Order: sequence, then C-alpha cells, then structure tokens
Amino acid sequence: MRPATVSTHDQPQPTPSSPHPDVAAVADPVADPVADPVADPVVLCGVGRRFGDQQVLRDLTMEVRSGETLVVIGESGCGKSVTLKLMMSLMRPTSGEVLWDGRSVSELDTSERDRRRLRLGYVFQNSALFDSFDVFENVAFGLRESVMRSGPGGREGLDEAGIRAVVLDRLEEVGLPAEVCSKNPSELSGGMRKRVALARALALEPSVMLYDEPTTGLDPVMTGVINRLIREVPRRRPVTSVVVTHDLSTVRAVADRLVMLEPVSRLAEGEPQAIFSGSIAEALSSSDPRVAAFLQGGSEVLEREAG
Amino acid sequence: MATIPISPPSWSPIHRLGGVVLSAVESIGDIALFSLGVLHQLVLGRPRRRVMLETMYTVGVGSIPVVVVTGVFIGMVLAVQGYSSFHHLGMETRIGSVINASLVKELGPVLAATMLAGRVGSSMAAELGTMRVTEQIDAILALGANPIRQLVVPRFLACFLLIPVLTIVADTVGIIGGWVFSTQALDVNSHFYWAHSRSFVTAFDVTTGLIKSVFFGGAIALVSCYHGFHCQAGAKGVGRAATVSFVTSFVAILALDFFLGLLLDTGYRMAYPAPTSLL
Repeated sequence: MRPATVSTHDQPQPTPSSPHPDVAAVADPVADPVADPVADPVVLCGVGRRFGDQQVLRDLTMEVRSGETLVVIGESGCGKSVTLKLMMSLMRPTSGEVLWDGRSVSELDTSERDRRRLRLGYVFQNSALFDSFDVFENVAFGLRESVMRSGPGGREGLDEAGIRAVVLDRLEEVGLPAEVCSKNPSELSGGMRKRVALARALALEPSVMLYDEPTTGLDPVMTGVINRLIREVPRRRPVTSVVVTHDLSTVRAVADRLVMLEPVSRLAEGEPQAIFSGSIAEALSSSDPRVAAFLQGGSEVLEREAG
Repeated sequence: MATIPISPPSWSPIHRLGGVVLSAVESIGDIALFSLGVLHQLVLGRPRRRVMLETMYTVGVGSIPVVVVTGVFIGMVLAVQGYSSFHHLGMETRIGSVINASLVKELGPVLAATMLAGRVGSSMAAELGTMRVTEQIDAILALGANPIRQLVVPRFLACFLLIPVLTIVADTVGIIGGWVFSTQALDVNSHFYWAHSRSFVTAFDVTTGLIKSVFFGGAIALVSCYHGFHCQAGAKGVGRAATVSFVTSFVAILALDFFLGLLLDTGYRMAYPAPTSLL
C-alpha cells in the first residue's frame, strides 16, 4: 500500500507534471500575485470536520495536483461529499486548513474568498438547479453575477448577447440543444439535469472542477455519457478535476489518481483517513484488504472477514 | 455519514438547564448575526428588479384577499362584542370610536402581520428550507453570488415595504365591516358613529399602527428566512422550519406590539400630557 497522501506543506516539492502543459500559462481572471505559482490548486492539511458531537473527518491530508483528475472513493458515509464541500469552502473545517494555490482559505477575507471560489466549479450530487429559473437562467446565473460584480474577477464587458452565446456554447458542449433553454428543471430527466449542472459550472471557466457523485441515480447509458463528459472537459480546457464517487465505472473511466477514504469510526488510533493514494493499477494490486474489497465490488468481502 | 461520538452526554438537571440557556443565547446571537448580514447586503446593493417585483407581488398582492376577509370579520366581531357593553350604558353611538381605535392602533397591524407570518413567512421558510436541503443555497454560493443578497434581501424589502399597505387595507376593511354591521344590523346611527370616531381616533393612532407594522414586517422576514436558511435535512426539517418560523414570528409580533405600544404611548403622553376622553 502506498503511504497516505502528503501535503505539499509537509514536504515541499515541485508540482507533478500536468497532462496539460499550458495550465500554468492560462490567464486567470482571479490570479493572485501572492499565491505560489507551483502550489497545488487545492490542499487539505490535517482537516477535521465535526457535526455536533459526530466526527465525520479526522486529520485528513490530501492534495489535488494541477491538471489531474483525482477520484475520491470510499463507502457511503465516509465523508467524501464533506471533503468536496471543504475544498470548495462551502463549509469550514473544525480543525486543520484548506489551501487554495498555497494560501490558507481561513486567512482570506470574505470578498477575497468569494472571488477566489469562482476558480472552482461544483457539480452537485442532485444537480441543485434553481427551481424558479429555466435552464437558460440557471446556466446564465453565474455569468450575470459576474457581470454585476465590480472589480477584479468580474466580467464587466459581457453583455446580454455575450451571455447568451456562452450559455448556448456550454449547453452544446454537454450535448444539449438550444431548445432546452426554456424548460424548467422539473421538466428534465436526471441525466439532462446533470448536464445542465455541468454546463452551469463550466460557464464561469473554472480551473478546478469538483463533481459530487456525478452518476448517482443514472442508468448505465447516461452514466457513460456523464463519464465521457467528465473526461472531455480537461481535453477542451486546462482543468483540474476532483470526482467523488462510489461508482466503479466512473473510477475506471476518468481517474488519473485515486484516493480512498475510510470512515472515521473504523480507523485505528493515529491512522490517516486517506488510506490509499495512487493509480488504479496500484489500487488493484494494493495489499490493503479494504482497498481490494472496495474495488472488487463491495463491502461483503470485509463483512465476511469480520464475521 | 459514518460518525463517532466525541464525548458521552451528561443529563443532570443543571446540564439540561445550561444546555437550554446556551442554546437560547446561541439562537439569539445567530439571528442577530443573520440580521446584520441582511442589513449589510441591503447597503451593498439592490436586488434584481425582476426578482423584487415577483417577490413583492407574492407578498403584497397575494396577501390582500386573506387580509380583506379577516379584516372585515374582525371589524364585525368588534361591533358585536362592543355593542352589548355600550348598549347597557346607552352609549351605542360611541361604539365606532372603540372599533376604529382598536383597529388602527392594534388589531389592524397585528392582524395583517399575523396573516403575513402565516401565509408568507411559513412559505418563505419552507421555500428557503427546501433550497437548503437540495443544495441550491450552496449552488448560489458556488456561483459567486451571495445567498443572503439573492434570497433574503428581496423578501425582507417586500415584507418591510408592503406590510404598511396591508395594514391600511386591514384597517380600512375592518372599519367598513364594523360600520356596516353596526349601522345595518345593530341600528346604530351612522352620523354619530362617525362623529365619535373622528373625535377619538387621532392621526397619531394611525401612525402608531403603521410604525408598528414596519417592525412586524421586518421581524417576520428575518425570522422566516433565518429558519429557512438553518433548516434541517429532509421533509421533516422543512416542515419544522415552516412551523417554527410561524410560531417565532407570532411571538415576536406580540412582543414587539407590547414594547412598541408602551414606547410610543409613553412618548405621546410626554409630548401631549392631556389624555383623550372617551366621553
């Protein structure tokens, strides 16, 4: 088993080579001159998260390397979605730190944090489309906010025609026709909702895409479509991706690297929560029975052993 | 979520009492911070025109039918209840002063606010609670917008600005209802009914009611949106948010009514020492 992931803070080292050599060269609308240019885009340093008296994450350390597609796996309830929300700064850790480009999120003031959050796109587990808006307004929402926002990071030059062009372009990218623009989210199938959510996240040209269980509740055909889209997004633009899933077809289809989380309740004292980090091939040959059990298709192996 | 307990709970009476007090203080602090956040966003910018108009339509126009119906009945109930007492004294014509003063100072604003809390406040809490549960509020944040500015500011402004209008509607239909019932069913002389009303109900009474209503509207919006934003997961959580929002709003309305009434009356007596006589 490969040792648990090591933060760049614990062991400074150059960022591993990216599948996209132009990642660092892309003009970033919220570029930070103070940020470390070779730092990993997102790093969790000893992060813990508690809800009331329940500990969900404990001392989790992992980094997301520039340009990679990192897949976070683990059985339901191990804190995968919470990890993603911490990366996005949609919730605060109760201990530890989240770093964006080498800067601690907790040290950013609110406006700076909100501005820098735009570098991350998030596809929610249940799509989280706005019920009161049609598809067009859902995809245009972030753009309109960006236009309204003054100062750095805002898109002051984008007019209504520009917004429409971006929206239609993103919908086309995810394989949806312009006719869906006037539909309400309730009129869409699960797969279409996922694609609209992806188009909405991509509209702001994020440099990091976070996917929370992107194929949950979809049939195998639509699962394949979503997996293909996740794979294609980094080919069209320099994007780092983090995919949280327990769907092994998604793991096989999109992962450059895997991190496996173990529920806190099953961890031994002092054991890191990220019990594995490495490629699929390494995972398949892992000597850790928990990794093997998960990848072989279920927890019944573990249950048999425990029984 | 896989979870482990941090520490075993303690259940002695002292612990329970402490827990209740801490929870209450925490809630008050949370609502205060939430309210400050809303005020901060109010200062920073206006909501989108389309969103504002839609919200105002829902809060204002949508509430008129229920306010009219309840207002009319309250006016007539006051006439029925007041008539028997005044009839024994042979002062039936003075019933108008009691009906109209009660309506413009107390019942009109409280009635409109209660209807707003029940119809709009609960709906706001349920709507925002559903948005919380389905991660739409997180999505707003993820897309670079401020959820308070997007969701709370329009609702707060709509309640704050439109509740005086609803109060005027409640006052007007209540007064008409009381007058029609008094003159048509109870045979009170219309001329004296209005003459006594005019001599007893002052512009200050009307203003007092409208001032109160503005506070009621603000409180309803803040309480409802707060409970929506802090909704627990699931359908049960949304239902609870709607219920707690109404109950808390209603208590807030009554508490504000008492303290504002006390404050305004004291101020009035200090400015105008001679009391108004019913006779």
